[in-house]
Amino acid sequence: MPSQPSVAVARFEEEFARLRRRQRLQLLAFSAIFVIISHAAADVSNFRLDRLIAGLPRIGEYIGKTIPEIRLDTLPGDIAYWYYGFFKWLGLLFDTLLIALMALIFGSLGGFLLCFPASRNLAGNFAIYFVFRRLAEIARTVPEIVYALIFVVAFGIGPFAGFLALTIHTIGAMGKLYAEANENIDERQLEGVRAAGGNWFEVIRFAVLPQVLPNFTTYTLWRLELNIRSAAIVGFVGAGGIGQELYHAISFNYYEDVSAIVLMVVATIMVIDLICEQLRHRLIGKESLQ
Amino acid sequence: MLKVEGLTKTFGTLTAVDNVSFEVPTGQMLGIIGRSGAGKSTLLRMINRLTEPTAGRIDYDGRDVAALKGRALRLWRRECAMIFQQFNLVPRLDVLTNVLMGRLSYQPTARSLLKLFTPEERALAVITLERVEMTSAVLQRADQLSGGQQQRVAIARALVQEPRILLADEPIASLDPRSAARVMDILRSINRDDGITVICNLHTIDTARAYCDRIIGMRTGRVIFDDHPKVLDHERIREIYVADGSDDEIDEYITSTTLPGIPPIDLRSTSGGSNRIPT
Repeated sequence: MPSQPSVAVARFEEEFARLRRRQRLQLLAFSAIFVIISHAAADVSNFRLDRLIAGLPRIGEYIGKTIPEIRLDTLPGDIAYWYYGFFKWLGLLFDTLLIALMALIFGSLGGFLLCFPASRNLAGNFAIYFVFRRLAEIARTVPEIVYALIFVVAFGIGPFAGFLALTIHTIGAMGKLYAEANENIDERQLEGVRAAGGNWFEVIRFAVLPQVLPNFTTYTLWRLELNIRSAAIVGFVGAGGIGQELYHAISFNYYEDVSAIVLMVVATIMVIDLICEQLRHRLIGKESLQ
Repeated sequence: MLKVEGLTKTFGTLTAVDNVSFEVPTGQMLGIIGRSGAGKSTLLRMINRLTEPTAGRIDYDGRDVAALKGRALRLWRRECAMIFQQFNLVPRLDVLTNVLMGRLSYQPTARSLLKLFTPEERALAVITLERVEMTSAVLQRADQLSGGQQQRVAIARALVQEPRILLADEPIASLDPRSAARVMDILRSINRDDGITVICNLHTIDTARAYCDRIIGMRTGRVIFDDHPKVLDHERIREIYVADGSDDEIDEYITSTTLPGIPPIDLRSTSGGSNRIPT
């Protein structure tokens, strides 16, 4: 039998008030912790508002120096002068794109192989899951530029070191992303294949992949944009591509070269972004229509 | 013959299945009834080892099923097919591929992974789909089908395994009455015409009566009834379904899946509490 309505309501109100009190206390505690941490962080990183204000104009100063002199009446000549190295830079940019693409292919392949034993629901036993998750973490948490430095020393200056560094990082990042997609799947489908006598590989092939492949594809396309940026950055330590040239221009104060190269990199990334976005939307659209 | 002896499953402090023993002769159609949480699903899932028993023996023609591992276990699952309440098809794959899942353990993994099946196997799949009247949808994706159609595809998947036992875990609980009757008719045909043992969890008493040779009633993990459907009288049903100390009456027509001639509502059960029959 249900208890008296007024009693039930009173009991609920009491419980509700207790819950609210606890939530408010938690909010207060977390806010306090947040304030303390940001203070400590500002202290350690030497963040001071007056220095920020004093330094801001100097950013403009540097950017100002990189802007070339372009007059309307001598426009073609000025542009040609500014972009005197256009074809060389285009070649280097192409190198960077190739580094990013190769690292994406090998990295997502590695991540694909890694992600199934790194998924809690697919690994079968906790030790396997733990080991593969940590492997992915190590590959991902060390910055690309550190790997690049090591490989430049080991394999010499050039694109190969950049490719290796990016590949390792991509394996880790993709391994984790893919694994997380794996962990969010509908387990009933796995049971269906398992109950039909399918083994682990067959369960992956027929029950997991149909569920996660659309996710895998979007993650991979998204990663391409990231890899191009990273490929430009690892060039700074001698790992080939346009980054190496950009670093050269910055350290030798070839101001106008800096702006010319940066603009080319930005334009390239924007184009790739647009292409990837189109591809992604087409894929997602196709999936949601079905 | 399938023999279950002292089968027990505990989840933490909860005993889902408590020392259950019974034998199922080959070719029987056995219905298991009981409230939600009585342990019906856990019992069924232990038989094909989707759930690991905590204790007890499962014996099939002298084989210790509870001890099987690796390939031997997968071959047992092939022999002991299962259909589910939620069908457990892969919605993004077409019907044909879903049915061919039942052939995975008949061929090397490498062939399976490349989705290679022989023309004979495809033919078997199509013939089986014809039997459950689903040939019109062979190349459609499974998620485009209705619940009843999906369950029939799931039955086809189970049949191409060429099993000796078919476990059905609440096969009609998610279906409308007409689809439910169709699915139950197919299960009966599988039992009568192919001689396959069918063990079926049901939550509708009249379905169990209409289709099963024998009924097992479970309550809080224990078997408290195991006999011919005729013996299942009002008193026994109360024992299986009604909570201790409750005055609630059971009306087995409330859970009815039959369509024509809806029987009169038992007036005793329309008054009083709300927790009558769990569905």
